[in-house]
Amino acid sequence: MTHPISHSPSLWQRHQIFEKNSIILVIGILIAISIGGLVEVLPLFYLKSTIEQVDGIRPLTPLELTGRNIYVREGCYNCHSQMIRPLRDEVERYGHYSLAAESMYDHPFQWGSKRTGPDLARVGGKYSDDWHRDHLRNPRSVVPASIMPGYPWLEQNLVDLSHVSDDMAVLAAEGVPYSPEMIKAAISDAKTQGSADDASTATFAKRYPKAISRDLGGNVGRLTEADALIAYLQLLGTQVDFKLYDDKANIR
Amino acid sequence: MQDHSDKKANEKAGYGTTGHEWDGIQELNTPLPRWWLWTWYASIIWAFCYWIAYPAIPMVSSFTKGVLGWSSREAVIADVQGLQTLRGPMTAKIEAASLADIEKTPELLSFARAQGAAAFAVNCSPCHGAGAQGSKGYPNLNDDDWLWGGSLDTIHTTLQHGIRWDADKDTRSSMMPAFGKDGTLKANEISATADYVRSLSGLPTDKGADLALGQSVFAANCAACHGDNGEGNQDVGAPKLNDKVWLYGSDKALIMERITLGGGGVMPAWSTRLDVPTIKSLAVYVHTLGGGQ
Repeated sequence: MTHPISHSPSLWQRHQIFEKNSIILVIGILIAISIGGLVEVLPLFYLKSTIEQVDGIRPLTPLELTGRNIYVREGCYNCHSQMIRPLRDEVERYGHYSLAAESMYDHPFQWGSKRTGPDLARVGGKYSDDWHRDHLRNPRSVVPASIMPGYPWLEQNLVDLSHVSDDMAVLAAEGVPYSPEMIKAAISDAKTQGSADDASTATFAKRYPKAISRDLGGNVGRLTEADALIAYLQLLGTQVDFKLYDDKANIR
Repeated sequence: MQDHSDKKANEKAGYGTTGHEWDGIQELNTPLPRWWLWTWYASIIWAFCYWIAYPAIPMVSSFTKGVLGWSSREAVIADVQGLQTLRGPMTAKIEAASLADIEKTPELLSFARAQGAAAFAVNCSPCHGAGAQGSKGYPNLNDDDWLWGGSLDTIHTTLQHGIRWDADKDTRSSMMPAFGKDGTLKANEISATADYVRSLSGLPTDKGADLALGQSVFAANCAACHGDNGEGNQDVGAPKLNDKVWLYGSDKALIMERITLGGGGVMPAWSTRLDVPTIKSLAVYVHTLGGGQ
């Protein structure tokens, strides 16, 4: 293609300041990408129609939070998503499509984008604690065709609760409604949730409504990483009561 | 570098250069392939059409809804409703008919078995196995050895309320005590009882096993649920111990482990996850696997 010769400054001349100065080029790239990012991200923070308030969502208990950290540490998100898309086949298989509010206290959320294994957004209450324990130890023992690796060390490692209050304090700073009282009681709450008939079950239940609280493992008094992870898995997708959730009213 | 206006046609290529030159090396201004260029222009036009047709552009208090008025949530509700309409007549029949009538009516039976098989694959097979064959701790559903009853109604109740599933107040809740862990039985008593339990189904026992002790311990602690001769009791989910079907295994060590730890399997209550016709279909499917009573 040939261009007509003109005497006004050509496009190349206007552009050469970027091509000849790397700093200016970097600043230019940043501005261009920021505009794209802001247009996509900012409206989600102020558009009322994209912010959905749903009853029943509470922050994770200390034990569930610890389990979530193990979920992230072991890279579960590499094979499991936590996002049921609004598509017929997914709703048929996994249950009600995920709501943004269901991961509002997740930092970062675990939606994932890879489904080598099934979606876990509503796995809570689908299997027994024992099944999860057997399955985490050796998935083939219950699902012969499974290609998931085993995680036998989870039920051998005692859960490390030394950082859970710090985690909660950081999340509180990010806007998760953990009260100072919750943060202070973190370790004892974690132990309460992992054992049946604990004297403080009632106060724990007041802080975390509807949280399960039982012997998650066969071994009483020994709270393992598997217990924490199972507490987290058993919570997933169970917080919203979809008998009360109005699909039609929430079309957006 | 030379000025942009200094472009002249390259003699060999037949078209111009970009005007860039480094140490005598010039850059040809090769035109983009036509097909690529037009695809690119078409993509831009497509994007504009898409912006107009679908929800796209954020405004002050909402976003542009698009002239098609499409919404992902509306779409999935419509899709699921379409599916329900498609299944509707049969689902309504399943819902209205009694479990026994479903089994007696070939049309309903084949629908229930198809729906049951699909629901079983998604929800039940992780524990009970793809062929309902079970595994250690998870009962085989093909045989005629039932823990909580193998009739249509008892299977249906188990499906609805689960087993030892605390969240459901109507769940089946009885549980074997932890005889060893709680200190009710001593180690030698547990060992003797395990031998005695093995003898009930004719399995060989350890040399020097104290079967008399085992029998008296069994009579005092186990017979109330498992029956005097280990025939089991479906009212409390106590397995039959005098047959060759074993839930946790027939090894003496495994039997001792069960006596020590007690407890029992847990099954979720499905009435909160699955709808009424699906649970009925599942009950029929499981009942017709081979062991239904």
